[in-house]
Amino acid sequence: MDKGLSLRNVTISKGGTPLLSVTHDIKPGEVLTVMGPSGVGKSTLLAFITGTLAADFRATGEVWLDGHNITQAAPHQRRVGILFQDDLLFPHLSVGANLAFGLQPGGSAAERKAKIDEALEEVGLSGFADRDPATLSGGQKARVALMRMLLSEPCGLLLDEPFSRLDAALRAQVRDMVFDRARARELPVLMVTHDADDAHATGGVIITLGG
Amino acid sequence: MNRRRFLPVLPILTLLVMLGPVLAGLWGTLLPAFGHLPAAGLTGPSLDPFRDLFDWGGLPRAVMLSITTGLLATAISLAIVMLVTAGWSGTRPFRALERLLSPLLSVPHAAAAFGLAFLIAPSGWMSRLMSPGLTGWDRPPDLLIVQDTWGLTMTAGLIVKEVPFLLLITLAALGQADAQRSVTISQALGYGRLTGWLKTVFPRVYAQIRPPIYVVLAYSMSVVDVAVILGPNTPPSLSVQIVKWMSDPDLAMRLEGAAGALLQLGLVIGALAFWRLGEVVVASLGRRWIASGSRGKFDPVVAQLALFAGASSALTVLLGLVVLVIWSFAGFWGFPDPFPDTFTLRNWMRFGPGTLDALGETALIALTVAFVALILTIGCLEAEYRFGLSFSQRAVWLLYLPLLIPQTAFLPGLQTLMLNVGADVGRLPVILAHLVFVLPYVFLSLADPFRAWDTRMGTIAAALRASPNGVLWRVRLPMLLRPVLTALAVGLAVSVGQYLPTLLIGGGRVATLTTEAVALASGGDRRAIAVYGLMQTGAALVPFALALLLPALVWRNRRGLRHG
Repeated sequence: MDKGLSLRNVTISKGGTPLLSVTHDIKPGEVLTVMGPSGVGKSTLLAFITGTLAADFRATGEVWLDGHNITQAAPHQRRVGILFQDDLLFPHLSVGANLAFGLQPGGSAAERKAKIDEALEEVGLSGFADRDPATLSGGQKARVALMRMLLSEPCGLLLDEPFSRLDAALRAQVRDMVFDRARARELPVLMVTHDADDAHATGGVIITLGG
Repeated sequence: MNRRRFLPVLPILTLLVMLGPVLAGLWGTLLPAFGHLPAAGLTGPSLDPFRDLFDWGGLPRAVMLSITTGLLATAISLAIVMLVTAGWSGTRPFRALERLLSPLLSVPHAAAAFGLAFLIAPSGWMSRLMSPGLTGWDRPPDLLIVQDTWGLTMTAGLIVKEVPFLLLITLAALGQADAQRSVTISQALGYGRLTGWLKTVFPRVYAQIRPPIYVVLAYSMSVVDVAVILGPNTPPSLSVQIVKWMSDPDLAMRLEGAAGALLQLGLVIGALAFWRLGEVVVASLGRRWIASGSRGKFDPVVAQLALFAGASSALTVLLGLVVLVIWSFAGFWGFPDPFPDTFTLRNWMRFGPGTLDALGETALIALTVAFVALILTIGCLEAEYRFGLSFSQRAVWLLYLPLLIPQTAFLPGLQTLMLNVGADVGRLPVILAHLVFVLPYVFLSLADPFRAWDTRMGTIAAALRASPNGVLWRVRLPMLLRPVLTALAVGLAVSVGQYLPTLLIGGGRVATLTTEAVALASGGDRRAIAVYGLMQTGAALVPFALALLLPALVWRNRRGLRHG
């Protein structure tokens, strides 16, 4: 069994025009960065991996995660976590309920609550469970989104320009937090960005698309 | 798993529910129009029905009425809405109009028509307020204002209801037209606000709102309830006469009615073609106007006039409701007195119980229809999201088809068809008939907000291992609570206001608030009419209020869902 996220001969095209082709193995705890200006199809690659590619794109190749071919799997059965540049916390749920949405089913109500409190504490947000996500600051939202994703116990992590909405001071802090946790959980990480700073901070392989 | 097989067929099912009765009804109109009505022992084909129709002395006038009321009501309400939007969008008076929009929209046509009649009739409120001081009248003057021969009052009754509808769809279209920046640019180039809007924004907005405008035209040409209340009697408009023929105990009269229905369809198609031609002419004149570079000298005057017209239109509906309220509590109210001598609860005690029966029937039908329409709509939109099964741009016109084909053209046919196959009239067929008109409105109301939902929310939820159904029920629908409830309220209001389907398909045995209210029109008992009209308005208005209130209450602690 190969742990990690493998892209095997993945090519994506739109209307007959090829956008990108990638072959790469990302080992647990490693980060692959895909760089390029906007419009070259970086996000399409992530959509292909999450299984949400729009109908007007054509993709070939395979995606393997921890020894399973997930290319044809339903989006909710792939165990691929994703963070976007917006936090995308569910606005109708409290901070705690957002985390509970991510937390895998099982356990008593008290156990689940304890896990959520623990997750909040881990990112310095103790006591935030009943808050309305819309009342949080940008950095706080980013941390909740990260913990929500980690509580769903993904086997791989995708980052879609995850730090570009944060100001410079927060940026490095949140970035370190994300990469530290991904490394601690031995998750393979695929990040797309157009920011060279972010790319070099990973210390991993960088692929540049679109010249 | 069941759902997975069910969902993809929903769009087809929806189209069938919506268009099936229309096509069947047209077929059922076509046969008797050419003399084929087995139920009456007649077999065709023959041209006798048309011969009888053209022998009817009232036909030329009835045809003229249909054409003039339709074209006038559409053109005038469109002009008011466009000029008000051009001159005032973004300003304080415009926002006041916007706030009035929901209540104005939910007032049923019949109630608005009664209100107008009670306002401007010779013995109406206006005349009372001005008499005898300004007019010298101490008894109602002998003038034919309501039900005038030219159908002008009927046209006015249509205009006051179509203005809010056209304003609503214009507001929706404005969001996508990038209007504000275009107006800013033209103002920087020295154009007046109104002229700048007309020259830059209007063409884009018009392209978007064209289908609903055609709906307004078709509706205004063939409306029945407003025509019964405000339109002329001798002869009545073509659609009213068709309904009379169809309700005649002599089945043979249905042949003439069916011929009239086909003529009505032809008139609407002709008028739509004429309107299309008008568009081409206006477009060419407009291009010349734009090329002339005129900056809009008369903008302030035109804008003031437009605002006056728009405000009058809104005020008419609201004052109409006020006068309904007064009449519903009125004791003795002698002519030139501005208010009744006494206010009493007697009218409500007397007519209240009867309205409650009708309210029960109305609510049962409306709730069933609106919920079915909502489920079908959400199913269609969700199928579009999951499987990419969407209506193509051309197929969107199919949504408007039931609203473009005059009710009087296919409902009589549907009734005749049911008669031929021996199907029973009653509540269930009425529900199916209402669905034809409710579905398009519910779909059009929900489609934009449903599609505008950030699908990355769905990607996130799926990445958190929520199944497609889980995403729908736990994320998408809760987030869309407000538009979903609004669509439901729209469906309820449309169903509450339906007159002709209830009357014809119900065979006169299904008594809703609307059919009861319109039936009172000929009797002229203002107190009874007022009570029924207000109950009808309430039945349409309360759901809208709830649709605003409930989300605010449920999501009171969720800032991200306010104004959403």
